[in-house]
Amino acid sequence: MRKLVSIVLLAGFIFYFATLTGGLLIPSTSSERSSVGLDILSRTANETGSANAVTSVVVLYRGFDTLGEVTVLFLAALGISVFMKNTAKVRKRTLDQSFILKTGSRLLFPFMFLFGFYIIAHGHLTPGGGFPGGVIIATGFFIVLLTSESVEFNKTLMSVLEGLAGLTFIGLGLVGLFGSGNSFLQNFLPLGKFNTVFSAGIIPLIYAVVGVKVAAELSSVVFAMKESK
Amino acid sequence: MLYLLSFLVLVMLAVGIAIIFVKDILNAVILSTVVSLIASVIFLFIAAPDVAITEAAIGAALTTVVFVIAINRTKIKETTNKE
Repeated sequence: MRKLVSIVLLAGFIFYFATLTGGLLIPSTSSERSSVGLDILSRTANETGSANAVTSVVVLYRGFDTLGEVTVLFLAALGISVFMKNTAKVRKRTLDQSFILKTGSRLLFPFMFLFGFYIIAHGHLTPGGGFPGGVIIATGFFIVLLTSESVEFNKTLMSVLEGLAGLTFIGLGLVGLFGSGNSFLQNFLPLGKFNTVFSAGIIPLIYAVVGVKVAAELSSVVFAMKESK
Repeated sequence: MLYLLSFLVLVMLAVGIAIIFVKDILNAVILSTVVSLIASVIFLFIAAPDVAITEAAIGAALTTVVFVIAINRTKIKETTNKE
């Protein structure tokens, strides 16, 4: 029985690698490859209303992949939280951080929050978007968490925010599926004026949701690491 | 442009090799942050600003914080074991 299962698994792997290398070996000419990029570049302004072509690909043309990435990140955060909670004992440790470090970190935090918010809100206009913006906001939280021991961190609020953000992402996709459009994550909002903040349909909404989710997840991860034994 | 890029790549290689030979583990973490920063500058020069900003945020900031916390934890455990 075990031999049979291993043979089946081996055959599956061989088939997988054969198809994979087969796809790699078949040469597609360079003009064909670049034509996809040129096609997207020529269509993106009219179809998605996004000034940043990369964002239009990440959020709309390949929006389902982004949902998958967010899910992977969620699973990683969940794993770390579970693993750290196993030995968790809420510790009250006082590190002697210097006054300058504490005050500096508290001074820096609002600016990092603002910068992360800017990166998220302008994801469809300038480089950046939900993932880097969320990481920048989470880094602001880390600095405060690392330097000031007395800061209370509301973990329930973070979990609720994370779940709501994930549900909103899927909800936006479903509205596109069952609403005016006919596919998952179809744009259903007006495109607006090109190259302004309130434009590009659902792209800023999805990036805002992704940013909230990433920031909440990563803050929870570092808080779990910090508080665990 | 090509010379600047090759200089950056050489610096990145040198720092990457230095990580292996550094004794203090905290210094190694800081050096890996330097590698990430140089990588993000290279991404910026080869016209990929989206990747550059992600690399700078995740590689330089997030990874360093996680490593520093991990080093902090393990050091505390070692000292308590000795006592």
